Amino acid sequence: MIENIFTYAFLLQTLRISVPYFLPSLGAAYSEKGGVVNIGLEGILLTGAFFTTLGTYYTQNIWIGILCGLTAGFLIALIHGIATITFKADQIVSGIALNLFALGLTKFLCRIIFNSSSNSARIPGLETVNIPLLSSIPILNNIFITFCIILLILSQIIFYRSKFGLRLRAVGENPAAADSLGINVLRIRYAGVLISGLLAGLGGAWLAFDQHSFTDGMSAGRGFIALAAMIVGKWKPMGAAAACLVFGFAESISIQFQGTAIPTQFIQMLPYILTIIILAGFIGKSTPPAADGIPYENTNK
Amino acid sequence: MKRTIILSLILLSALFISCSKKSVQTTESGKLKVGLVFDVGGRGDKSFNDAAYRGLEKAKNELGVDFEYIEPGPGADREAALRQFATRPDIKLIFGIGFIFTDEITKMAQEFPNKDFACVDYTYDQTKTIPPNLLALEFKEDEGCFLVGAIAGLTTKTQAVGFVGGMESPLIKKFEKSYEAGVKYVNPECKVFISYAGVTGDAFKNPGKGKELALGQYSQGADIIFHASGVTGLGVFEAARETKKLAIGVDSDQYNEAPGFILTSMIKSVDVAVFDCIRQEKDGKFNGGKAETFGLNSKGVDYIYNDKNNNLISEGTRKRAEEIRELIIAGKIATFLK
Repeated sequence: MIENIFTYAFLLQTLRISVPYFLPSLGAAYSEKGGVVNIGLEGILLTGAFFTTLGTYYTQNIWIGILCGLTAGFLIALIHGIATITFKADQIVSGIALNLFALGLTKFLCRIIFNSSSNSARIPGLETVNIPLLSSIPILNNIFITFCIILLILSQIIFYRSKFGLRLRAVGENPAAADSLGINVLRIRYAGVLISGLLAGLGGAWLAFDQHSFTDGMSAGRGFIALAAMIVGKWKPMGAAAACLVFGFAESISIQFQGTAIPTQFIQMLPYILTIIILAGFIGKSTPPAADGIPYENTNK
Repeated sequence: MKRTIILSLILLSALFISCSKKSVQTTESGKLKVGLVFDVGGRGDKSFNDAAYRGLEKAKNELGVDFEYIEPGPGADREAALRQFATRPDIKLIFGIGFIFTDEITKMAQEFPNKDFACVDYTYDQTKTIPPNLLALEFKEDEGCFLVGAIAGLTTKTQAVGFVGGMESPLIKKFEKSYEAGVKYVNPECKVFISYAGVTGDAFKNPGKGKELALGQYSQGADIIFHASGVTGLGVFEAARETKKLAIGVDSDQYNEAPGFILTSMIKSVDVAVFDCIRQEKDGKFNGGKAETFGLNSKGVDYIYNDKNNNLISEGTRKRAEEIRELIIAGKIATFLK
């Protein structure tokens, strides 16, 4: 049983399972570093998956599908931004509303378009993509996984080596101070939220391509786990990625250990038990950005 | 201001959710009208629920009845959906599709004695009586699963086959045990990997998980996987396509979900059961309070063998399977592993 863990198939499985956690998780880091809690990621993931399916279904072109998924993610995030940044609504309430909205919207549209509120028609998937050089390297032949690695490195640079990253962190820690230095707090916060929407939308695209269709509620709580992963990862891209890999690993194990003497119910608890152990024992203090979740009011006007 | 925005967002989403649940087919007064509540997987699962829907459509075309259906969301919506139909004056017969309705539909049948109810895969409890206005439609899945198990056992080249179940429950356990019995009957040495997608109803609609489970079994050496997992099984087929291995469909003929990779399907004629039940109701012969059983002998369960998949099943395997069919019908084989 144990030897199954040290295989290439197992490694790939872990990576595949981690992708839909990692993308929204990274998105959450952008949003929350800028001071906006985005629990609407679950809904964005779902909407992204639906519109990717829709775009791909009508055009039979996965790139247009991805574009649709990204656009949907962007627009939902924009609603969140308008509600919480411009109108200073409670970020949690807006996020919950968006999740409910996404659940209903996707079901409703699925019913109209595919004549079933549960399942869409089949769409082509990513296996049609072949990139010359990359395809020869085992892990990198999955374009999404390659892209995730690039995104991770890029985000690490953006967060800690770029002007935008510095400003993002500043408006999340102390928006008043940033404002006094002439930084447009609201605009930076918008950028953070919108990037999170794009990333979660891309996560949705992965889900849609992975199963070649849309199923209602297919995000299955991944958006929330992604948020948890980001917190476990201390609001850092690398940390979030590591936490997502741990989740992916635990879930992968729970798949491999099925059908052994251990009861299924127990095995399926594994990922969550592992999470609690890690959260309680190994992470240490995890401090959010100081202004996370607090709408910024410009008092000078 | 912000309250207004949030409130309207919530209201809007509530509106969408409630809209998405109901679907109204054309209504004419005087006609018999039936209501049907789908199982977790919902319409478009290409399997169990779609089979029930075919029965409805056939009844509409051939018997001229009207129907409405509801695809309930997760959890407690099931009872509400049944009640919604039961309180409607124009609906006479109400279906619950799936064992998961057992408790709710029994309760509703007792509460609304002048409506008729039928439940596919009703879990029959010997110690309780079925209300007189409730007809339990049961299938001898064990016979069909045993047969496809035998076909898998005869066809495997790696001496290993797999089973992916949806929600771990007595019904799906029955699929698993009789499939395994079928495999071992023809091929005692063959390994059988077993995985379940979960322990709740949502395990029937998680294709992502199904795909990972199947990829896991294929990578451990299985070359044929039988699934009994509703929409989750669509993921099993994706895995079969990707690894170019075989899968066995369930409930409906699922060949078209992955042409060339579906060895056969264990079919349950849910459509026939639904149609027959509506016809009885229309003729005024609805006869509840009992369980009606469909097995191999009445073709209530069967496996698929036609022009599409006969190149996947060898002549010898086909012959052997037919012999086993006769033995099962004659009651000479125990279709369960003890």
